[in-house]
Amino acid sequence: MTEHDSLPPDRRDADSLPPDERDAGAPPDADAGGSGDDVPDAGTTGEGTPSASPGGSMSGAPAEAGPAADPGTSSEGATAEGTPLLSVEHLRMLFPIKAGLLVDRQVGQVHAVDDVSFALYEGETLGIVGESGCGKTTLIRVLVRLLDATSGAIRFRGRDITRSGRRELAPIRREMQMVFQDPQASLNPRKRVGQILATPLRLRGVPREQVARESRELLQRVGMAGDVLNRFPHEFSGGQRQRIGIARALAVDPRLILLDEPVSALDVSIQAQVINLLDELQDEFRLSYVFVAHDLSVVRHVSDRIVVMYLGKLMEVSPAEQLYSKPIHPYTQALLGAIPIPDPRVNRSRQRAVISGEPPNPINPPSGCRFHTRCPHATEVCRTIEPPLTEYAGGHLAACHHPQNVTAGEVAAATRSDQSPLSAGAEGPSLIAAGDGRETSATAPVQR
Amino acid sequence: MLRFVVRRMLVMVALLIVISMFTFAMFVLLLPNGNPAALLAGRLATPAEIHLISVRYGFDKPIYIQYIDTMKNIFTGQAYSYQSSFNVLDEIRAGMPATLSLAIGAGLIWLLVSILFGTIAAVRAGKYADRVLTVLSMIGVSMPPFFFGAILIYYVAYKANIIPIGGYVPFSQSVGGWFGHLVAPWITLSILFIGFYSRVLRSSILDSINEDYVRTARAKGLSERQVLIRHSLRNSLIPIISLWGLDFAQVIGGGAILTETVYNLHGVGELARDSIGRLDTITLMEIVILTGIAVVVIGAIVDVLVAYLDPRIRLA
Amino acid sequence: MSATEPPLLEISDLRVAFATEDGTVQAVDGVSFTVSRGEVVAIVGESGSGKSVTAMTLMGLPRGSNATFQGTATFDGTELVGASDEQLRRIRGAGIAMVFQDPMSSLDPVYRIGDQIVEQIRAHERKISKAQALDRAVTLMERVGIPRAAERLRSYPHEFSGGMRQRVMIAMALSCSPKLLIADEPTTALDVTIQAQILEELRKLRDETDAGVILVTHDLGVVADIADRVIVMYAGRVVEQGVLDDIFYDPQHPYTWGLLGSITRIDSDRSQRLPAIPGMPPSLLSPPKGCHFRPRCPHAFEKCVEVPPLEGHVANRPESLDRCWLTEDRKRALRQVDGQVGLRSTEPVIS
Repeated sequence: MTEHDSLPPDRRDADSLPPDERDAGAPPDADAGGSGDDVPDAGTTGEGTPSASPGGSMSGAPAEAGPAADPGTSSEGATAEGTPLLSVEHLRMLFPIKAGLLVDRQVGQVHAVDDVSFALYEGETLGIVGESGCGKTTLIRVLVRLLDATSGAIRFRGRDITRSGRRELAPIRREMQMVFQDPQASLNPRKRVGQILATPLRLRGVPREQVARESRELLQRVGMAGDVLNRFPHEFSGGQRQRIGIARALAVDPRLILLDEPVSALDVSIQAQVINLLDELQDEFRLSYVFVAHDLSVVRHVSDRIVVMYLGKLMEVSPAEQLYSKPIHPYTQALLGAIPIPDPRVNRSRQRAVISGEPPNPINPPSGCRFHTRCPHATEVCRTIEPPLTEYAGGHLAACHHPQNVTAGEVAAATRSDQSPLSAGAEGPSLIAAGDGRETSATAPVQR
Repeated sequence: MLRFVVRRMLVMVALLIVISMFTFAMFVLLLPNGNPAALLAGRLATPAEIHLISVRYGFDKPIYIQYIDTMKNIFTGQAYSYQSSFNVLDEIRAGMPATLSLAIGAGLIWLLVSILFGTIAAVRAGKYADRVLTVLSMIGVSMPPFFFGAILIYYVAYKANIIPIGGYVPFSQSVGGWFGHLVAPWITLSILFIGFYSRVLRSSILDSINEDYVRTARAKGLSERQVLIRHSLRNSLIPIISLWGLDFAQVIGGGAILTETVYNLHGVGELARDSIGRLDTITLMEIVILTGIAVVVIGAIVDVLVAYLDPRIRLA
Repeated sequence: MSATEPPLLEISDLRVAFATEDGTVQAVDGVSFTVSRGEVVAIVGESGSGKSVTAMTLMGLPRGSNATFQGTATFDGTELVGASDEQLRRIRGAGIAMVFQDPMSSLDPVYRIGDQIVEQIRAHERKISKAQALDRAVTLMERVGIPRAAERLRSYPHEFSGGMRQRVMIAMALSCSPKLLIADEPTTALDVTIQAQILEELRKLRDETDAGVILVTHDLGVVADIADRVIVMYAGRVVEQGVLDDIFYDPQHPYTWGLLGSITRIDSDRSQRLPAIPGMPPSLLSPPKGCHFRPRCPHAFEKCVEVPPLEGHVANRPESLDRCWLTEDRKRALRQVDGQVGLRSTEPVIS
């Protein structure tokens, strides 16, 4: 019941995007390099930026309070403060699989993003995590319109941009920038840093004679020496290139930056520098971030709210501080359990839910709850009925029939979120009767 | 895979039709003074004679009918050259053994020799043998067949009298004669490809040495020789075989005209060259179509071969 | 780990240099450590620290005339540095086996999984028949948790997921019962849930086979999960080594503090800023004089222009060694940042 209904013919082919539009889709620069100088002037040390703590980023985020309670679907329900900067409603991205000897017939679909809804507020950082194949990268590509959604809506400041043409998108693309994972690949190797930064600056309308000065200021802002304008990307380290990429994104003075695995290609000590830099920039320019990564620890550190995805669906949307202390969805528990904590004593003493098996094929996702094939708590209802997203206290959402770490009272007080997938069943969550396994979800160690 | 081959063949068939139309149009419509009948009749012909020829060959019919008739004749083997009145198919058949002998022999020689040279050059990269092979392949690549052929004929055939000066002896007639007459053409035709292929293979092997699976092979405790042959070379052959398929088909499809001419082999290439000279539309079209079919078939065979070499392609 | 038995592997003052167009890169600069049977030794460091080159050198894998090796590495009585190609070949895959980082590219795409395992078995046991070798391959694959192993022998690598391929790599590594297993970032390319499974597999193997394991990684979480001892490398040198808990709870070298401080933890207090290490690792073409970490170290002083020796500085802990001139008291005082171990970040450090 998932696929067929919502496939307007014109949206079938992601390639239908005209080439120029595709180019424009990548933020003015398809590169995102970073770079820091070996000695970050301001970047990592935080002098000059008073609120360097990551917590600072939460100050401006109404996220965890009221509005988050009703974030997703439409702008009208939101409070004055709360028109989300970016909202996504029942977004789906299905890739057709074609076969046939002479004529292509569609024989299936990859359910990359399958009915996802969420909202992002001004100044907030929304983390998106999941394993490879969960759809997080596709999602971010749909958000910047590098791919055209199969169905659903993307709203920027309440305006539907799902089908906007290039002309309509141009001003929005200046407000919405992207930083990519591989700073090596995303900076044009034949352009000098000065040229890389000049293009977006000119786009913003900076007069030619001021471009060089502004470029230097940008570089200094991301912790690099300003005198590197004449150098090429390959002359920098990975961390520095990522800084250049961030500087380029900042050049058009955006409101929102979509970060696709921005630190996963970097060494640990450099990761910390870039994370700190992102924190400072957020405070300084009141930026909003969508931070996509596979590393739950990093995402948890930078985000205000965290979306956990599995096989194209939302499993849980958790305020960051509750993610570790109160994971509701068994999949989130499994992810947390799989991550070793760099602290031998804590690591030895904690109980870890390790799940076996591998994620199923997104072409034929499991019925009902997509996680049921690997879930230690799955029951009959999980196999047949897709769980709705249920909203618990504090704006904590989870799509699970048998939620963990919640009391009967919390379940009773929970409501069905209107971000629930359209195909979700009516059943509310119920605690598993058997007392074992509920709190700790002790699962057999990996064995097949 | 099947889907890929079938689609590719369909595209090629469509392409062949377009090419045949183009050839037809070129020679029938764009003749110097516009009238093929006049051309055939000769400079001194009377209008009545021209008209007669026109009716006899169907030049008075609409152009698409002419085309269809021509195609029909070609595929039923009933096509006759306007100028020489010979049956085109017979003529092509007569030239085929020489051309195939040349192409197949040269194809095998250049494939095997370049695998050998390319591997040696890669193993000895930077050393003496590699440098010698590099220079040789440069010479090979830059040596035109007519020049190299002339040198061979003059020094090896005429002066030293080691091989015959030219011509073709059928395999059925004398195996030794067949071989003797073809040695020089084979070398002449191969040398260009050997130069090129061994360079491609050399760099492909050198690249593969940095592949993770080659490192794994070494970590397994295989000898250098096993690592080279089973892993580096095996993977590097995949692009070489694909390339070979294209070039081999091209040689069959007339790519050996120069070599055939130099050695006076009377192959299909020479026939094609002569028909161009005579503006012999029918012959030319038939050669284009038949060699086109050969190219398509060989292409399909090579695709299957490559799929065998590379299991990743076998999907779908 | 008993003192009487000689260690399985003993590396002493290993140096590896690569001649490049720009000069000599001293990738490994005097590394010494030992590995005993049944012990997991983690080598931790960032890119360019020399951890992978060290591991590869043990396998005799760095090749080419531009590499020079010095020092000794004795494995089970055999000297590896300077061994002949044939000697190394016999040890590779049999005595010492290796699992690499990227399972997607580490298997040859054109051969069936079973044949690739068999190839290794028959490289070391000439007498075994192909059928016997295939039987052993099935047993190995089952042991590392590959379902329907007999059937999947005939699969090609591209038909496997990353996690399954890494299991194949482990099965292959085990095929000749190695005494030492070198795992170079074995889980870095895998998803966390699969990573946990593979680590579990490695742990099981270590217990079952009593093989020594060298785990090369940048991930301190993985280290905490599986290692017995830890060696921290920076810019070609070992800066600190010791027992797992000592490295995490009583680290001696400022670089180790920095590493521990700069990782995000899933259970940490989110409100705290990450005490990042300033600057970047030095170029190995022209490393700084003295302590390699000096340009990035906020605690560096005059003495640091001399190379500190790798020595024990902690009373009653002879196995804890580090390369730092600071006194133990100073270290204890300096490494606390906001109540946790980290590198104090004051003003930017100018190199």
